[in-house]
Amino acid sequence: MSETGTVSGQELFERIRAIVVEKLGVTADVVTLEASFQEDLGADSLDTVELVMAVEEAFDLQIPDEAAEGLTTVAAVVSYVEANKA
Amino acid sequence: MNREPVVITGLGIVSPLGSTVESFWSSVTAGRSGIGPLTRIDASDLPVRFGGEAQGFDPLQVLNAKDARRLTRFIQFAVWASVHAWRDAGLDGASVDLDRAGVFIGSGMGALDMLEDEHRTLIDRGPDRVSPFLIPGVIVNMASGVPAMHLGLRGPNLSPVTACASGAHALGEAMRTIQRGDADIILAGGAEAAMTRLSIAGFASAKALSTRNDDPAGASRPFDRGRNGFVMGEGSGVLVLERLSHAKARGARILAEVAGYGASADAHHLTAPPPEADGLQRAIRAALADAGMKPADIGYVNAHGTSTPANDKAEAAGLKGVFGAALDEVPVSSTKSMTGHLLGAAGAVEAIATVLALHHGLLPPTINYSDPDPDCPLDVIPGVARTKAVRAALSQNMGFGGQNAALVFRSLAH
Repeated sequence: MSETGTVSGQELFERIRAIVVEKLGVTADVVTLEASFQEDLGADSLDTVELVMAVEEAFDLQIPDEAAEGLTTVAAVVSYVEANKA
Repeated sequence: MNREPVVITGLGIVSPLGSTVESFWSSVTAGRSGIGPLTRIDASDLPVRFGGEAQGFDPLQVLNAKDARRLTRFIQFAVWASVHAWRDAGLDGASVDLDRAGVFIGSGMGALDMLEDEHRTLIDRGPDRVSPFLIPGVIVNMASGVPAMHLGLRGPNLSPVTACASGAHALGEAMRTIQRGDADIILAGGAEAAMTRLSIAGFASAKALSTRNDDPAGASRPFDRGRNGFVMGEGSGVLVLERLSHAKARGARILAEVAGYGASADAHHLTAPPPEADGLQRAIRAALADAGMKPADIGYVNAHGTSTPANDKAEAAGLKGVFGAALDEVPVSSTKSMTGHLLGAAGAVEAIATVLALHHGLLPPTINYSDPDPDCPLDVIPGVARTKAVRAALSQNMGFGGQNAALVFRSLAH
């Protein structure tokens, strides 16, 4: 579980990074796990909504608003998807 | 009222004849058509499969990648034309009071492209998938709001919506606002990007569009007997309007004065003008009076000239009503024969053509004028531009809804 978890964690990160690059118009190198969407990647409130929708779409998830509010960094999204994806 | 003159000191454009003032002017005086097959949408099942798509436009020259992605096409056009007009006027943020610099850019339709896409999303994938950028993307007033954000202009800001007269109303209301003393500078004009499947289907159902699919470049033929509807175009025109003393104080190049403005309603019909275009006549008379001019003072008329059977006939009758016998001495052209009909941007792009005509002493032609309609007894300039020094010129527009606007421009070079 832990080994496959690591591999899928890297894959997940790369898929999420691609979404962030597309939606926020940033280069891939600045999309680190630690990066904050609003503070480091220039996202505003509308961008954040769109980002969450794109993640829901990509991973066939429904992210409740309360959970979405906590997804302020790339790492938080990766962890959330890892824990909740089908 | 203090009536200090309001002058034009800069121009910016996006059009089917190019997106620099130079490319637009060289094409519009050479009599070149900007009309061709539609390439940005699937038009295969539409009754009309051609139009005037903007040429030489690249949003990434004025916007970063993120803004270019989230702003809709008509807003991108407005930003492009505003930035270019601002630079053309020699303005920079440090040299003027930005609290007294405004933006009045109108649009007839807003972002139907995004509305259509997101409506499909709503139907196919549900409300949770509708973009958070839908509302800021489609509302018409973003045509003024976004350029103001982009250039930091914090003065009066609004977007007239009067269909095909939006651009002309924006210019007239901007002139008034400066005359009232509420601003020193206003970027004024129109922006439109409405060549979408839904809008073409709607205009076609209303029987407003030419269906000359086998001859796109010959389809827009204002005042010609063979005309059978208008040709849609897209783009933006923005003019920098400025208080004369303000322009002089900073040593700006002055292209012309906005000397008169008149507005009226037909109060007649949803889409058709009254036969003698009496609403248009009242708008033109008001603009002439505002400028302190008589019809005989006008040396060139840039007509609305949509190329629909009803508009051109009514407009010619309206001009005859105002000018009387003097109409024989006034050259008239419809630059829509080359650009197509830019709807909410039409009045602004035509104002640019009119101002350049005054500035250069060169009057743009009407192309496809091969069989003059006897019901439109005008001195239509055919084919290529006519050289003629002109002191004052008139440009007018009539919108669906019966809303009319007329503008008189005066050369200050004589």
